[in-house]
Amino acid sequence: MAPKQLLLGDEALALGALHAGLTGVYAYPGTPSTEITEYIQGHPLTRERGVHCAWSANEKTAMEEALGVSYAGKRALVCFKHVGLNVAADAFMGSAMTGANGGLVIASCDDPSMHSSQNEQDSRFYGAFAMMPVFEPSSQQEAYEMMGEAFDYSEKRGIPVLMRMVTRLSHSRAIVETREDIREQNALAFPKNPRQWVTLPVNAKVRNEALVKDYLVFEEDAVESKFNWLKDAPDHSLGIIACGLGYNYLMENYPDGCPYPVLKISQYPFPRALAVKLASMCKTILVIEEGQPLVEDRLRGVFQSGITVKGRLDGTLPRTGELTPDAVRAALGLPETKGLDPCDIVAPRPPALCQGCGHRDFYTALNNVLKDYPTARVFSDIGCYTLGWLAPFHAFHTCVEMGASLTMSQGAAFSGVWPSVAVIGDSTFTHSGMTGLLDAVNGNADVTLCISDNLTTGMTGGQDSAGTGRLEAICAGIGVDPAHIRTIVPLPKNYPEMEQTIREELEYHGVSVIICRRECIQTFRRHAKK
Amino acid sequence: MKQDIILAGVGGQGILSIATVIGSAALTEGLYLKQAEVHGMSQRGGDVQSTLRLSSEPIMSDLVPKGGADCIVSMEPMEALRYLPWLKKDGWIITSTAPFVNIPNYPPIEKIMEKLESLPHLVALDADAMAKDAGSPRSANMVLLGAVAAKLDILQPEALREGIRRVFGRKGEAIVEANLKAFDAGFEKSM
Repeated sequence: MAPKQLLLGDEALALGALHAGLTGVYAYPGTPSTEITEYIQGHPLTRERGVHCAWSANEKTAMEEALGVSYAGKRALVCFKHVGLNVAADAFMGSAMTGANGGLVIASCDDPSMHSSQNEQDSRFYGAFAMMPVFEPSSQQEAYEMMGEAFDYSEKRGIPVLMRMVTRLSHSRAIVETREDIREQNALAFPKNPRQWVTLPVNAKVRNEALVKDYLVFEEDAVESKFNWLKDAPDHSLGIIACGLGYNYLMENYPDGCPYPVLKISQYPFPRALAVKLASMCKTILVIEEGQPLVEDRLRGVFQSGITVKGRLDGTLPRTGELTPDAVRAALGLPETKGLDPCDIVAPRPPALCQGCGHRDFYTALNNVLKDYPTARVFSDIGCYTLGWLAPFHAFHTCVEMGASLTMSQGAAFSGVWPSVAVIGDSTFTHSGMTGLLDAVNGNADVTLCISDNLTTGMTGGQDSAGTGRLEAICAGIGVDPAHIRTIVPLPKNYPEMEQTIREELEYHGVSVIICRRECIQTFRRHAKK
Repeated sequence: MKQDIILAGVGGQGILSIATVIGSAALTEGLYLKQAEVHGMSQRGGDVQSTLRLSSEPIMSDLVPKGGADCIVSMEPMEALRYLPWLKKDGWIITSTAPFVNIPNYPPIEKIMEKLESLPHLVALDADAMAKDAGSPRSANMVLLGAVAAKLDILQPEALREGIRRVFGRKGEAIVEANLKAFDAGFEKSM
C-alpha cells in the first residue's frame, strides 16, 4: 500500500516536486505560498540530494534562477503568492518565449477573499496571457500528483507550466497517498534549440509563431487530459462547468451524485471542444470557478448564442470573494442550510502588531515627532508594519505594493510634500526598495527613508531576510551620505534618542536613511527557546 | 459517519495543535480528513479559525457549510460565539471561559457567558486553570480536546491519547504525560 501522509496542499505540491526529481526550488515568501518552500527546506530528501532551497531576494530573481536550472536541463519549481507573479512577470513572460528545457513549474498561489493580500487577481489570466498551460489542482492528492505530471508535460512540450493554487487548498490539510518510486534528478543537458534562448527579435519572431501554434496543441492536450472530463447525467436542464476547487463545492451539495452533466476542468488552455459538447446537451450552463470569472467570460462572448451562461458575472455566484459550499448551494437553487442565529455581541478582532514588537516603538516615536509637522506624509509598504495603519497608530497614508514606499515618497517630495517619509521593512527593502533608493540618491530627493529592520521576513512567519547585517553597507554602497545613515534601537527607553534622530533627518534636505533595528519578537522567542 | 468541527481562538492560542492531534488520530484510524487553516496576516492577534472535517467517506469541500458543524471548540468564549451560524441546531459548544482581551470594545464577560449558557449543548471549562492543575499550564488546548473526546464519537478517546503521544513524543515523556493529564482532566469533567 502506498504511504499515507497528512499534508497541507502546499506540502503535497512540494512533496510531489521532490518525488519528481526536483533540482531546485526558488521562491520569495508570501501567503499562501510560503509552506511549499519551507516543506522542501525541511525534507530529508533535500539534504540527501542537495536540492537548492534558499529564499531568493524577490520573485523575479527566483523566476530567473529557476529558468537557469531549466536551461541546464534540470527540474525547477518557482513559488510565490499571486501578486509575486506581477514582480516576476517580465521573466515569466520571457520564459514562455525561451520555453523550458528541464521541467519548469511556476506555482502561483492566489488568495481570493484577500485573507492576507491586497488584491484578488487570478493567476490563470497570466497563463493565457503568456500562452502557457495552466494546471489547477482541486485536492491535496491532485496537487501531489499534478506536480509530476506538470514536470513531464513541461519537458514533453518544451514549455513552463503554471500551477495555480488558492488559499483554501494551500492551507488545508488532507491525507495524501504518495508514490514509493522517487524519480532521479535530470542530468545536465543543454537545450536542443539554442536560438530560442536568445530573444533578439530575429529569434523571437520565429518563436512567437511557433508558440501560437503550440498553444493550440496545448488546448488539444487539455481536451484529452485526464484532469478534464465531461460526465453526463439525466437532468439536462442545467450543465455545470466546475474548475479546480469549484468542483468540491459542487459535489459537497450532491453527496449522492450531481443530477446534471458536469465538465470538470483542472488543465488549461480552456478546452473549448469539451464546452461545446456540454452546450450540445444543455442550454443553460453554470460556471463554478474560484477567483475571477475567466472561463465564464470566455463562454459569454458578445453575441447571442442561444446558450444562457450563469456564474459570477450575472450574480448567480458572488462577483468577488472565494467560493463557499453555501454560495454554490444557492447558485444551484438548493434550499439554504441554517445553523444558529448570529450573535450580535461579538466584536471584530482585527490582526494587530504583536506586543513587544519593534515596529510599535518605531511608530510611537515617529508619531511623536510628526505631531510637530502637520504637513508630513508617510508612505509605507508591505509587511507586518502595514498593521500600523490601524488603531492605535494610524501611522501612515499609503501602502500599495512591495517597494512603493520610497519611490512614491520621491514623487510626492518632488511635488511639494514636506516632510516626505518612507517606511519599509528590511526584507521588502532588499526585495524591491534598493533600486528606488538609487533613484532617490541620483535625484537628491528630499526624503527620509525609515527601514524598520526586524532581521527577518516577519509577516510570513520568520523566513531569512536577504540583507540581514548589511543594510548600512547597502545604503552607503548605493550612495547615501554615511553621515545620514543612522541606526536606532526601537525600545521605549530610547524614545528621546529615536525622536531626536528622526527630527534631525527630517530637517536634512536630502536622502537620509534611518535604520530602526530590533529582532522580531516572534523569532526572538523562538531563538530563546532553543 | 461524518463529523465536522470548527476550532476557534485568537492567533497564537494553539488551536492548530488540537487539529494536529485529531489529524494524527484520524490518519491512524483510517478516516478521511480535511482541515482548513488560517495562516499569514490574520494570525497576528486577530480571530483565527480552522475547520476540521472527519468522515468514513471521502470529503469534498475543505470548508464546512453553514449549519453543518457538530461542534465548535474555542480557546476563548467570545470567539466561540463568532461561528454560531455554522453550528448545527443540536451541535455542541466546547469553550474555555477565560477571555482574551486585546481589543478595546471587548463585550462584558457576563453577557458572553449569559449567551453561551442560553445555548442547549455547552461545555464551558476554565481550561487554563485545569491545565495548571494538571501541571501543564500551556496545555489548555488539550483540556478542550479531552472535552471533545467526551462529546464526539467518530474518534475514541484512546485514539486521541495515542495521537497526543505521537505528536508530542519528540518533546519527551514529561511533556507527553502533562498533555495526557490535561486531556484526561477535560475528558472527565465533560463526561
